[in-house]
Amino acid sequence: MTLTTEASRGVPLVEMRDIRVAFGGVHAVDGVTVDLYPGEVLGLVGGNGAGKTTLIKTLSGAHKADSGEIYINGERAVIETPRDAKKYNIETIYQTLALAENIDAPANMFLGREVLTRWNTLDDRAMEQAARHVMGRLNPMFQNLRTAVRSLSGGQRQSVAIARAVHFNARILIMDEPTAALGPAETAQVHNLINQLKAEGIGIFLISHDIHGVFDLADRISVMLQGKLVGTVNRREVTKDEVLGMIIIGKLPGTATKTELAELH
Amino acid sequence: MTDGSLISPETSRTAAVRRGFRAALHATEIDTRLMGMLGALAIIWIGFHFWTGGTFLTPRNLWNLSVQTATVAIMATGMVLIIVSRNIDLSVGSVLGAVGMAMAMLQREILPEWIGYDHWAMWIIALAAGLLLGALIGGLHGFIIAYVGVPSFIVTLGGLLVWRGVAWWQASGQTIAPMDKTFQLLGGGSRGNIGGFWSWIVGAVACGLILLLLVNGRRQRGKFGLRLRPVWADIVLGALYCGVVLGAIGYLNRYFLPERVAAARGGGNIPFGLANPVLILIGVTLVMTFIATRLRFGRYVFAIGGNPEAAELGGIKTRWVVMKAFILMGVLVAIAAAVQTARLNAAVSGLGQSAELYVIAAAVIGGTSLAGGVGTITGAVLGALVMQSLQSGMVLVGVEAPIQDVAAGIVLVFAVALDSILKRRPK
Ligand SMILES: Nc1ncnc2c1ncn2[C@@H]1O[C@H](COP(=O)(O)OP(=O)(O)OP(=O)(O)O)[C@@H](O)[C@H]1O
Ligand SMILES: [Mg+2]
Repeated sequence: MTLTTEASRGVPLVEMRDIRVAFGGVHAVDGVTVDLYPGEVLGLVGGNGAGKTTLIKTLSGAHKADSGEIYINGERAVIETPRDAKKYNIETIYQTLALAENIDAPANMFLGREVLTRWNTLDDRAMEQAARHVMGRLNPMFQNLRTAVRSLSGGQRQSVAIARAVHFNARILIMDEPTAALGPAETAQVHNLINQLKAEGIGIFLISHDIHGVFDLADRISVMLQGKLVGTVNRREVTKDEVLGMIIIGKLPGTATKTELAELH
Repeated sequence: MTDGSLISPETSRTAAVRRGFRAALHATEIDTRLMGMLGALAIIWIGFHFWTGGTFLTPRNLWNLSVQTATVAIMATGMVLIIVSRNIDLSVGSVLGAVGMAMAMLQREILPEWIGYDHWAMWIIALAAGLLLGALIGGLHGFIIAYVGVPSFIVTLGGLLVWRGVAWWQASGQTIAPMDKTFQLLGGGSRGNIGGFWSWIVGAVACGLILLLLVNGRRQRGKFGLRLRPVWADIVLGALYCGVVLGAIGYLNRYFLPERVAAARGGGNIPFGLANPVLILIGVTLVMTFIATRLRFGRYVFAIGGNPEAAELGGIKTRWVVMKAFILMGVLVAIAAAVQTARLNAAVSGLGQSAELYVIAAAVIGGTSLAGGVGTITGAVLGALVMQSLQSGMVLVGVEAPIQDVAAGIVLVFAVALDSILKRRPK
């Protein structure tokens, strides 16, 4: 943790300090501290069950942390429900996508934040138009918006989840495996989108098992192992092998022996 | 569905005709479930017509059927939302009994001490109190289910026993009768209807609405460049729906007031016209369809049924939504209780017994999925008509009440079984 390269760029957009979450006896997140700056992509990597999803769920309001503090723009933030998180313009693309299969894409995009007509009824037309607009940016081939999500392909579902986060002008974007179900073209589109959003000054937590993708997109990389933070490194200062070493054996760059690194391959 | 590019040995003229028929059906987008329900209805109606030696399909019996369907159908519209939200309400029959008895007690025992019998405001006070009581009972169920976390199956199973007991306890099992003169109108009968002329007006308005919906639907789809039904299909559909509505009203209007009553009103053949319970049902159906499809609350109910976790993550107060659904259910049960006590002109402690069976069956037959997330209000109303036809038919042919329950129970299980078998079959 001491090796964390801290570019002094003023106040971080998000600071999560000493977050702990336990499920029964399992310490899913065990005293993790990470931060995120505006216009930055922080790659969050680690093996299965490392605690990445659980960590970011405490930021998106899906799960309460047992202890720890969250600061947004340097101010203490209390996030206990998804609604709280949305107040801070935190948008999340969940690994499970969190879509209701029985309703259509616009209804899912606006779930909980529906556009209403002046008579307080659902304005499905406005929602569909907005959905088409965002989708044109993400996945132009996806046209049949009015069918239930149940009958969409995995990639189309993922675009719906991404569209939801993008539409509501996130300042802090959490992406938990956003490209897991996408084909190469769609993945490239999402990578483009991430770079665009980054240029707009949005801070992005990018959770991914695709180490190459993370190396392409992230500015810094935080590695978790068994609920603990192994460390946060500057992408430019490390090699993929070194990050792999952190993920698998939890050794910081320079501390792993040659034989240990060789065993990774 | 294959597109027919593989020529099967069975490619005969009949197959081609069958395919043509399917294509036509497909073009009108009438779904198979609706066809199934109408088919079941036709079988039940025609079957009972012969079995009863020609009484089932008389205007008089169908008019009675329309009134009897109302109570089950009113409750079934609420049951749709309950089941869609992945819950169940087994208590509706008992709550109907308790609320109906409370409204009767108000009219016979409590209010007369203050305002006398047949006061003009009696029916309003009794009805309002009943609706409030229904909302409170539904709210209590909903609170325990949503906030305390007891499964709805258990809470409403308890409610089934508790409220049946309360229905008995209020009058120590006595029959409370008769109801207030105006209150009675809620139940239909020879005074509680709108006569032939206004029935035709209702029919005309309904036709107008149907045509408006069809035209509007076309325009909307056109605007978004969606695939349009062929014009002929829309015309056929419009003519069909209007024909059914006007035909039903014309047929029901052939049920005339008894001569003695008619003589007092100038004599001749005076039609009953649509009964008040049927009008109430029409109103409830419209309002519930609006709630289910146009309001946020309805959307949330469906979202919760589709994926409770997603609804929660979307920031929906899922517990409150579920509790509201149960409050709404309670109000609908109270409306049904008012209709039922008014129609019987009495409250008995067994009021609404085994109604839950019919109500749940109506919703399920009408296409509500017990897995949650799927269901329509109009489907449930049609389902109620199927169930009530079955029951009325059995009453007509003299089947004893316990055996009626046997039949209803079997139909319920059969309907769910059929549904899951059809769902398992690949398209
Ligand atoms: N709701 C829960 N109840 C009990 N244990 C849980 C729950 N959610 C997560 N866990 C446990 O917490 C640990 C961390 O899980 P988490 O989902 O955060 O891992 P992850 O890093 O996101 O893994 P993956 O890469 O597979 O998505 C795991 O041991 C998991 O079993
Ligand atoms: Mg995860």
